Amino acid sequence: MAMIDIRQLVKRFGTFTAVDGVSFSVERGTVLGFLGPNGAGKSTTMKTITGFLAPTSGSVSVCGFDVEKAPLEAKRRIGYLPEGAPTYPDMTPAGFLDFIADVRGMTRAQRTQAVAGAVERVELGAVLHQPIETLSKGFKRRVGLAQAILHDPEVLILDEPTDGLDPNQKHQVRRLIASMAADKAIVISTHILEEVEAVCTRALIIGRGKVLAEGHPAEGGWRFGDLVAAPGRMDALFRRITTGASDLGEAA
Amino acid sequence: MTGTLSVFRRELAGYFATPVAYVFIVGFLLLAGIFTFYVGGLFERGQADLKPFFMFHPWLYVVMMPAIAMRLWAEERRSGTIELLLTLPVGLGGVVLGKFLAAWAFTAIALALTFPVWITVNLLGDPDNGVIVASYIGSLLMAGGYLAICACLSAATRNQVVAFVVGVVVCLLFTVAGSPIVLDAVAGWAPSVLVDALASFSFLTRFSAIMNGVIDARDAVFFASLIAVWLFANTVVVDANKAG
Ligand SMILES: Nc1ncnc2c1ncn2[C@@H]1O[C@H](COP(=O)(O)OP(=O)(O)O)[C@@H](O)[C@H]1O
Ligand SMILES: [Mg+2]
Repeated sequence: MAMIDIRQLVKRFGTFTAVDGVSFSVERGTVLGFLGPNGAGKSTTMKTITGFLAPTSGSVSVCGFDVEKAPLEAKRRIGYLPEGAPTYPDMTPAGFLDFIADVRGMTRAQRTQAVAGAVERVELGAVLHQPIETLSKGFKRRVGLAQAILHDPEVLILDEPTDGLDPNQKHQVRRLIASMAADKAIVISTHILEEVEAVCTRALIIGRGKVLAEGHPAEGGWRFGDLVAAPGRMDALFRRITTGASDLGEAA
Repeated sequence: MTGTLSVFRRELAGYFATPVAYVFIVGFLLLAGIFTFYVGGLFERGQADLKPFFMFHPWLYVVMMPAIAMRLWAEERRSGTIELLLTLPVGLGGVVLGKFLAAWAFTAIALALTFPVWITVNLLGDPDNGVIVASYIGSLLMAGGYLAICACLSAATRNQVVAFVVGVVVCLLFTVAGSPIVLDAVAGWAPSVLVDALASFSFLTRFSAIMNGVIDARDAVFFASLIAVWLFANTVVVDANKAG
């Protein structure tokens, strides 16, 4: 059974179609990358998977539960990092994570254990009792990540998890994602091509609400349909697929 | 249900996490005191009851309840945490209820802290404490009505100040709906059914009955259903506005 199954997903805002007939599924052990220019519909797709927005048409199911018909069952199995990692600024990471664990129905003992585990994974120990608003961007992002992995979810949806972080922090987050990949289905969105090569096992290039191409590692690089990009040379291929430009020096 | 309780606890603790809560409670007590002793003339009246104290509650609430409720949803929308909150495994109704109950509990705490006023009249004379208890219950019920209105309005904007201002205006309308000025103005042109309906929505009219010591079941039902209707509207408004 696919952990995430999306069929013919359409999401309109008024007359504007942000997601236009997207279908795909994600198995356990997969890290799927959403690649695409700004405004492509990556975040909107993620918001419907997590049940924040209702699809205009089509269906989304998570671990076999339809997100519209059984929202709570689906939401229990999802960990979600929204774009920009919003958190409550006047809370401390300790208080915030305890609140999330509490909403997720954990007992006091479970909460203590879950928070300790997540804090260790994202290395948050040093700032645990400092108001979140006083933390650096890197730490704020880690608080958001800790919140998402707190209940050891089967499905992880991470919207631009490394956006705005410095290279070391990016590396840490990617290592964290890779370390959790084996027993989860993970979807990350990014517009950084090297990130796809670093952590993803599959990628969808999304543009104007549609899946434009699907790719996976092959021949030492990445193959999208009949196009292959050598390691570190995905950008020309990305431009070609998303804009139709043909400056395709190294992709053959 | 567990989700509702967690939201309730977080929101209530949130009120006390900043000095705002204390400024609030002190302000509330000061205003209550000024209204009661100076404007209402508790001492001069030579009568041991708390009528002057309770009489000003509707007017106090017109300003205080929008201030207590303005943050509830506007802030979640502004900071984007609404996306976090509504993707946790709690129903929207549960979150709406948890937030409302936290604001109401905070109000109950502020109201309970006015007990020195009660002690004072008992030292000065021999008031009917049954009437006072009824008035406290009625006042809290009425506060719940104002809060439910303001919580709903808070979900219609990302800006707390806007939520506050609109809240004050709408609360004022509900307060004065049955006053002679409004009714006379409307009676000139509107059918009497409408005038009666308008009068029946007046918080002031309902509450003055309660202040006389009788909690009429109809008044209790009025406030309870008013709260229910506005909380339902709250879920609709959140749902309609959460995307943008
Ligand atoms: N609430 C909304 N109302 C109207 N349009 C929206 C809303 N949310 C997103 N959009 C539009 O939908 C498109 C896709 O947005 P989004 O999914 O955030 O893109 P991405 O995450 O790929 O950058 C954009 O053009 C955006 O302006
Ligand atoms: Mg986005």
